[in-house]
Amino acid sequence: MAFELPSLPYAEDALEPHIDARTMGIHHGKHHASYTANLNGAVGGTDLEGKSIEEILGDLSAVPEGIRTAVRNNGGGYANHNLFWQIMGPNGGGEPSGALADAINSAFGSFGEFQSAFSAAAATRFGSGWAWLVAEGGAVSVTSTPNQDTPLMDGKTPILGIDVWEHAYYLNYQNRRPDYIAAFFNVINWDKVAELYAAAG
Amino acid sequence: MSKQPQGLSRRDVLKLAATATVSAGLAGAPLGVAAHDQQAAQAGANSWPFELPDLPYAEDALEPYIDARTMGIHHGKHHAGYTAKLNAALEGSEMVDMSIEDILADLDSVPAAIRIAVRNNGGGYANHSLFWQIMSPDGGGEPGGALADAVNSAFGSFGEFQTAFAAAAGGVFGSGWAWLVADAGALSISTTPNQDTPLMQGLTPILGIDVWEHAYYLHYQNRRADYIAAFFNVINWDKVGELYAAG
Repeated sequence: MAFELPSLPYAEDALEPHIDARTMGIHHGKHHASYTANLNGAVGGTDLEGKSIEEILGDLSAVPEGIRTAVRNNGGGYANHNLFWQIMGPNGGGEPSGALADAINSAFGSFGEFQSAFSAAAATRFGSGWAWLVAEGGAVSVTSTPNQDTPLMDGKTPILGIDVWEHAYYLNYQNRRPDYIAAFFNVINWDKVAELYAAAG
Repeated sequence: MSKQPQGLSRRDVLKLAATATVSAGLAGAPLGVAAHDQQAAQAGANSWPFELPDLPYAEDALEPYIDARTMGIHHGKHHAGYTAKLNAALEGSEMVDMSIEDILADLDSVPAAIRIAVRNNGGGYANHSLFWQIMSPDGGGEPGGALADAVNSAFGSFGEFQTAFAAAAGGVFGSGWAWLVADAGALSISTTPNQDTPLMQGLTPILGIDVWEHAYYLHYQNRRADYIAAFFNVINWDKVGELYAAG
């Protein structure tokens, strides 16, 4: 069955003023839609049909060479944006609690230090890409990837990610990526991130 | 059909307008040596401290193909940022007397601690310095003379070149550039990621299109193909011909 563009879990203007409605509409309705269509175009009629996107991205070397780059780029774009919409919310912001808070404190010392490390990773990714909070064996760490690559390709589970392609912020923030990163913390859905942390095991 | 450049008087007027704009841009840059920078820019210095070159036309001169707001931010913020960070990286190094072309052509000789900063910001500095030059409000059309011959020889026709260049630019995934490069008189098309430049491979870029989203997103959003098509209307083929002859 073909991959489907998921609906946004909130209205396009729900993250205003931190992320503007026009950016959300184009980001979801054009960019994410096109990764989805291009991914389906690449895997259609191959043995990959029926596999989950996580399975495919977790073993790119098993993808036929003729479609590997298309699957990496568009499959990554498909999966990354699926996660991105979920880990944001109009009732977001604040700090995590419970086991996730413990894991963050254990890895970074404090929530503030995590915030600094994550912001620095997002700001210094040169060109297009993502910064991530990933879980591996219960421990969390910060990393970043170029373009639409995902930590899934390294066997890690992304539980929080910020898109730093310019398309994610340019209409509202232009060259001021640090302002976008600071604003992003106001829309993080920590309940969802905690769920993903618990599920990652 | 090749459009001819207009008279010098018009260009002088445009240059004055651009200079005023640049001064405003520099005021926000982290370097505290704007007056010195301005003098060196006029002297055409090509060594540390590198100078943000003036736009050779007004910010709105490439409308409707490239909008004034994009030009202003692209030059006054992005290019200015690369320039400032390049200078910061090179300060106190042994490379302060080298041209940007010499530095980028031999990145292995750049100290490891500043190599990534020099690659990214030096590439961004050089790429944009070229980009402004190879566009013009009097641009578009097709090349003439020796460059036209080289284009025909490499691609068969101008139309086939156009198709290949547009496909290369459309196919860059993420941020980067598509190029027409000269190598011992022969032309070819290539692409680079981020701010990498053909200079790093010993090739001479004579035409380039910036396909970072910041180059087109305010006006074209996700429609990169429309931006690429529009770009052909502002290519300054006289300048590209000069660069080809010099290469």
